[in-house]
Amino acid sequence: MATAVTKQQQVDLREPRSWRSAKSRIMTVLMVIAFVVVIIPLGFVLYTVVSKGASAITGRFLTGDIPFNVAPVTVGGIWPAIVGTLLITALCTVIAVPIGILAAIYVNEYGGNRLLTRIIRFMADVMTGVPSIIMGLFIFSIWVIHFGFSGLAGALALGCLMLPIVIRSTEEMLKLVPDVLREASYALGASKARVTATVVLPAAMSGITSGVLLAVARVSGETAPLVFTILGGTTTPNYNVFTGANNALSMLIFQNAESPYTGAQGRAWGAALTLIVIALITLVVARLVTSRVARLSQ
Amino acid sequence: MGRSQRADPAGLAGSARALTQQRPLGDRIFQALALAAGLLVLAILVLIAVATTSQSTSWFSHEGITGIFTTTWDPAHNKFGVLTFLYGTVVTAVIAVILSVPVSVAIALLLTEVLSYRWARPIVYVIDLLAVVPSVVWGLWGLIVFAPWAQRTIYAPVAGAVKGVPILGNLFGPGTGGVVSGPSFFTAGVILAFMITPIVTSLSREVIATVPVIDREGAYALGATRWEMIRGVVFPHSQGGIVGAVLLGLGRAMGETIAAALVIGSIPAITSHLFSTGYNMPAVIVNQFGESSGVFRSALLGIGVLLFVLTIIVNLIARGIVARSMARQRGA
Repeated sequence: MATAVTKQQQVDLREPRSWRSAKSRIMTVLMVIAFVVVIIPLGFVLYTVVSKGASAITGRFLTGDIPFNVAPVTVGGIWPAIVGTLLITALCTVIAVPIGILAAIYVNEYGGNRLLTRIIRFMADVMTGVPSIIMGLFIFSIWVIHFGFSGLAGALALGCLMLPIVIRSTEEMLKLVPDVLREASYALGASKARVTATVVLPAAMSGITSGVLLAVARVSGETAPLVFTILGGTTTPNYNVFTGANNALSMLIFQNAESPYTGAQGRAWGAALTLIVIALITLVVARLVTSRVARLSQ
Repeated sequence: MGRSQRADPAGLAGSARALTQQRPLGDRIFQALALAAGLLVLAILVLIAVATTSQSTSWFSHEGITGIFTTTWDPAHNKFGVLTFLYGTVVTAVIAVILSVPVSVAIALLLTEVLSYRWARPIVYVIDLLAVVPSVVWGLWGLIVFAPWAQRTIYAPVAGAVKGVPILGNLFGPGTGGVVSGPSFFTAGVILAFMITPIVTSLSREVIATVPVIDREGAYALGATRWEMIRGVVFPHSQGGIVGAVLLGLGRAMGETIAAALVIGSIPAITSHLFSTGYNMPAVIVNQFGESSGVFRSALLGIGVLLFVLTIIVNLIARGIVARSMARQRGA
């Protein structure tokens, strides 16, 4: 009896199988295929970098000086490039992040809907589209010509690249801070600067941190701005970022990629793996921070 | 809109004016600092234009407008025409966009229209991962792994098959000397396509997400299948924004340097054969800068200025289109 009733109620209201629904399904399958088309090469790139890079990397490889190109991969290492990448990225972060956060504060807290604010926001968007090589040429023209190649010049070029990314991501995070918090603080008689520094910024801090880390991950792998600012090619570590040519992992890969020597190529793959690992660690930390934000805001 | 909701003691009318004048010094200094930081963006953009242009004046005066737009690039004889590189930049960027856009839009539709948030999130992570692989690593992989493989298994058979066919033969046939090259316009286009896919995908996704839910539901209620809903509702609504996303991808592809420099082959040539070696603007700057001086260096910086102007124009148009289509969505 019960089964009979349910059978009667189960009238199939779906469209009979037709060309229309088949077409819709074909399109869905095509979308999935599009995704697969993208991940296969990505998987290949990562696989190649890991398999070729891992065979190069040893303790001595990470800490040794860079040898001549003809030397096999077992001789020397890439320490000078690691030092350069870490120092230059750190310096660029120190320069660009405070300025970027301040600019975002102006756009979101002080600017209102004024024309100037909208221009700054729009131009920050446009600036994210300026090719990284242009930032290198720019710093070359205003800095390197007068003061010579240095890690600082590289950090300035990377900073120009990082600034608009930090501004836009910080602004998005500041927008998420509820106005109720600001109003409560104003009601207590706090000035705008105080409200921003002690209420708004702490509330948005984890979001801002995650945005900054994403920008760091992107910038740490850049090569084009460094070619014109740090020169590269140094074989011993230069711990002084303010004077003298420096090296970076990305520069080492670029200079070794077209080398006919297997040792130099091996060092390029090892450096590529090191670079990707550095970027991935930054990315994972950023994701952890973001997921904490998501949990807190629930 | 945000202004009236926001508690802004300085913005209140009437009696609050007295408060404005009493704002503490620290507050005013902080505001000035923030404003200075904001203005720095505009200053940098202006300075880029001024500084690089002033370094390239000797090229402009040496060649003149007619000399700049020629195809002869011969540093040994002081001939610096830019057309070959302009051609390479346009061709590789267009290949990249043609390959990347259908894929990016399809992934964006998959993420917004097909998958639930739970399944979409890991896919977004994977796409982000594409953006984290540095340009130089794409170049290294493209040069050592992809280019030789593509030459053997794709370019050579395809070139053999279409040889002599009118249009296809011109595009995909063997180049001068009857050879196909691993590092080529097409290889550069493919690598650039991978690199611009994340940004085109995420922008398309943003645009598609602004399509009103009520319109989608209306289409479904009329009995539309998912694809019919996408064609009838999503595409007309997000057309403008997707065009903007495509242009932004084009701008990225034109300016992307290191990957292109490694896989384009670095031999100046204007040819319709996509499987032969070429050169583009960013690649020639980065490859020849170290050995240049005088007018030569000024010419390379001048190519940088042209590239800057090109990408700024593309970006201004793209951002304008995106902003306008987003505003229209909100207004509707």
